[in-house]
Amino acid sequence: MKKSIFAVAALCMVSATAATAGEKAGDSTPAQDLEKYRSFFMKRFPGVPLQEFANGVNAVSPANRENWEAIEEFPPYEPMIEEGKALWEKPFANGKTYSACFAEGPGQRKNYPYWDANRKMVVTMEMAVNECRTANGEKPLKYKKGAITRLTAYMAYMSRGQKTDVKVPMNDSGAVAAYNDGKSFYFARRGQLNFSCAQCHLESAGQRVRTNVLSPSLGHTTGWPVYRSKWGDLGTLHRRFGGCNKQVRAKPFKAQGKEYRNLEYFLTHMSNGIEYNGPSARQ
Amino acid sequence: MRKTAKFLATAASLAVLVGSASLVPQTASAAAHGDMVKQGKEVAFDRKKGNCLACHMMDDGTSPGDIGPPLVAMKARFPDKAKLRAQIWDPQVNNPETRMPPFGKHKIISEKEIDAIVEYLYTL
Ligand code: HEC
Ligand code: HEC
Repeated sequence: MKKSIFAVAALCMVSATAATAGEKAGDSTPAQDLEKYRSFFMKRFPGVPLQEFANGVNAVSPANRENWEAIEEFPPYEPMIEEGKALWEKPFANGKTYSACFAEGPGQRKNYPYWDANRKMVVTMEMAVNECRTANGEKPLKYKKGAITRLTAYMAYMSRGQKTDVKVPMNDSGAVAAYNDGKSFYFARRGQLNFSCAQCHLESAGQRVRTNVLSPSLGHTTGWPVYRSKWGDLGTLHRRFGGCNKQVRAKPFKAQGKEYRNLEYFLTHMSNGIEYNGPSARQ
Repeated sequence: MRKTAKFLATAASLAVLVGSASLVPQTASAAAHGDMVKQGKEVAFDRKKGNCLACHMMDDGTSPGDIGPPLVAMKARFPDKAKLRAQIWDPQVNNPETRMPPFGKHKIISEKEIDAIVEYLYTL
């Protein structure tokens, strides 16, 4: 039964591009988008300060917030930050450590994601961790859960308070194209249920799907990795992207593949000015 | 005398027959309709099927979402059944930006299940 549903889902993957509210990637610049989306959310949730959006659904739903504040008193991710610290400090077989790749130390969150003009691609923090490993003769880590979340939890923790500041160099057509690619993804209807990210997290932000209150996209990228009670563990942003794609019965893309990296580039840019606060806890 | 009795008896049984003749199919179709309404409600509430409660307040469904309008007085608001069915089959025809999934067009549920939901909605 489940199988047949997915077979159909694959057939009608993307049925419209950038249709929502007439949004078309390229119609506006990243700077204009930043202004537009931010003011959309600030207007929809009057009285919620910009930084508060870093707390996801808890910024806009008092019932969720109460629960969440109780959880954050004894954060379930705390021991995982410690595990991450140990991993960070443990030398590779060649004797070097991650510090050989990250000159500024573990507090690097603010530097990712960025457009690498030489390689013509968006580089994320998870990717930089694995590139450091392979450059030092170590095997790359899996991208959705496990050790990568421990390392990035420690890095995020050491980066708390840094401001999101994603740059899209307008004189680099590749960077602009990657941004627009992420934006198109965000507004494209997908899967058998035919939803775009925007329809849930922009148009319906603060509304309820059954008992789930939908979080606003503003601030979506600040708190990772996230400890989800449903996962019983930490997961990466791309794990969540995959989950949200599956939810609408679309085939998820590869974690750290081009689609999700470009989506992260667009989505993180939207949160420019908001402080990083990972790791965090969610339902 | 016997003849009359027989005649009466025949008439009586005929009356019964005629009466039941018009009665039997009616009960059967009422029962069939009742089944359809019941099935429609099940499909509408089932999270793996219609899951209409994800977005609509309707009937006695618990903890509904609030993305779509409450589904009430459907017969009065949709006197044309075909229009109601079309809204479920592909809501994008009415509203290209809609957040309601195209249940028929994307084969999320079967044509029969959509018919059943329409019958159920008409009772709301
Ligand atoms: C059908 C509705 C739906 C769609 C479509 C959808 N999501 Fe979600 N998403 C949810 C729900 C429900 C949650 C959990 C509650 C919450 O935080 O919003 C969630 C959570 C998230 C979170 C975690 C937020 C946090 O603070 O932990 C992110 C990030 C996210 N979604 C991004 C996306 C992106 C990107 C897309 C498109 C690829 C997408 N979602 C599509 C329903 C949806
Ligand atoms: C994810 C959200 C969602 C789901 C699931 C959903 N709907 Fe809707 N529905 C909407 C929205 C939003 C509207 C408002 C009109 C529009 O935007 O197209 C709507 C409108 C309607 C209307 C028109 C109501 C009116 O007053 O004009 C009917 C009838 C309807 N839905 C029936 C259903 C049925 C039956 C199901 C389940 C099989 C269902 N919907 C599932 C979101 C949803």
